[in-house]
Amino acid sequence: MTPDEILQGLYDQTLVGNAPAVLDLTHTGLDLGMEPQSLLFDALIPSLEEVGARFERGDFFVPEMLIAGRAMAGAMEVLRPLLAETGVQTIGTFVMGTVKGDVHDIGKNLVNIMLEGAGFNVIDLGVQVAPEKFIEAINEHQPDIVGFSAFLTTTMPMFKANINALQKAGLRDSVIVMVGGAPVTQEYADAVGADGYASDASACVKRAKDLLTKRRSLVSA
Amino acid sequence: MLTSTTSSSTSSRSPADIAARIGLIACGALAQPAAALVDRHAWPVDVHPLPPLLHNRPHLIAGQVEALATSLLRRYPTVAIGYADCGTYGALDEVCDRLGLRRLAGLHCYDVYAGPARLQRFFDEQPGTYVLTDFLVRSFGRTVLQELGLDRHPELRDDYFGHYTRVVWLAQEPDPELHRLAQQAADSLGLPLTVVDTGTAGLERAIGGLLTLPVPAFPA
Ligand code: B12
Repeated sequence: MTPDEILQGLYDQTLVGNAPAVLDLTHTGLDLGMEPQSLLFDALIPSLEEVGARFERGDFFVPEMLIAGRAMAGAMEVLRPLLAETGVQTIGTFVMGTVKGDVHDIGKNLVNIMLEGAGFNVIDLGVQVAPEKFIEAINEHQPDIVGFSAFLTTTMPMFKANINALQKAGLRDSVIVMVGGAPVTQEYADAVGADGYASDASACVKRAKDLLTKRRSLVSA
Repeated sequence: MLTSTTSSSTSSRSPADIAARIGLIACGALAQPAAALVDRHAWPVDVHPLPPLLHNRPHLIAGQVEALATSLLRRYPTVAIGYADCGTYGALDEVCDRLGLRRLAGLHCYDVYAGPARLQRFFDEQPGTYVLTDFLVRSFGRTVLQELGLDRHPELRDDYFGHYTRVVWLAQEPDPELHRLAQQAADSLGLPLTVVDTGTAGLERAIGGLLTLPVPAFPA
């Protein structure tokens, strides 16, 4: 197989969620001497972005997204140590969790995969994360960004509760706050005083990078 | 199509007949119990269902309700919306405001059956609670397993339900067969089943209340 065929195969097989084929192709590509970054940025990430676009258009539903996400996660298991070895700098640390009272996590997990693919060190606190758990994790990991995910109208108010807890702990200014999830809008994010919102995983990566660049330029100014 | 003496197809009704009736747009998950109540009370109501699976693509609900409501308002003096917010996050309220219509109170039909406070208690007790109604019990294979792809990809079970700890069936009209199906549904998710007998009083109150409310005239 040529490198181009590997990349095309990875793209196509991720799109249809064929995890064993994606794993095989990843190994084959590496055996051929291809760069892990190339497999990631030239095939896996674009494919998952296309999956997201198809979901938005209504061509894909949740199971298709999940199997594609799983296929990419399988490849990441192989690539992660190699990416670390090749000295690729992480671009920032992102602590993420679904808020207290909520156990929806599919969207959050997809965001995590994309953030990691983009070079973030992601610390996933899981679901039903209480404000004090977020505080603990922020103290421990000193992240650049903390992300709150919520999917129910009844759990969205936890964004505000989390932000209040950050304020009380004196941490609000040391971390960028991003929020997201199906019911969340930019207006809601603004109303609770978050720094950033994104409607899907690709947009989240872009927004996270922008916010980070802005924050860093402010700090170094 | 729903069969019921008072809520049956409108095609056989004359315009004069319809002029005295109410058009109730109902989520497919509520349409059958709603039609049964209409029958029981002999309410002058025609139930017009929309597909229940819209719930999984809730951004489509408001548009479909608006299209149907607009067309029904040409025939009925009164139209009501048998939907709660249902994951439209306010979009349905905008349609209601625009057309001068009322919808069922609450976030979803679970609120209607069990009451919002009681439902919230279930989630507070165990955040990993998955709720079923009679409709979902009956249609579980199609509306849950197939929609979520669990029939084709059983390996996704934990991606969906890994954090869940129980199934709560809000039983409206339980009978042994339905109970067996509810147990089967819970078993297929590998979760214990709790049965909560809600009856249909909540739905009855909600729909009765909706229909007796004064409904503004057809907008120009
Ligand atoms: C899949 C699903 C489930 C799965 C969840 C599995 C899981 N582990 O997460 C199951 C079947 C278990 C489930 C359960 C329930 N669900 Co549900 N569910 C859905 C459904 C169909 C899709 C959600 C989803 O995963 N979308 C796919 C992901 C990829 O999209 P996403 O979530 O929007 O995530 C993207 C963005 O939001 C963003 N994002 C996400 N997080 C973050 C975080 C940050 C920081 C940023 C920047 C961005 C970001 O990026 C993501 C990737 O692109 C929606 C309907 C819909 N189509 O939205 C209902 C829906 C969310 N559920 C709903 C309900 C009511 C329930 C139940 C109460 C139903 C029940 N019968 O019990 C339970 C919840 C019980 C509980 N204890 O919480 C309602 C919520 C209504 C409301 N007003 O709150 C919805 C809207 C359905 C409806 N129309 O009524 N559900």
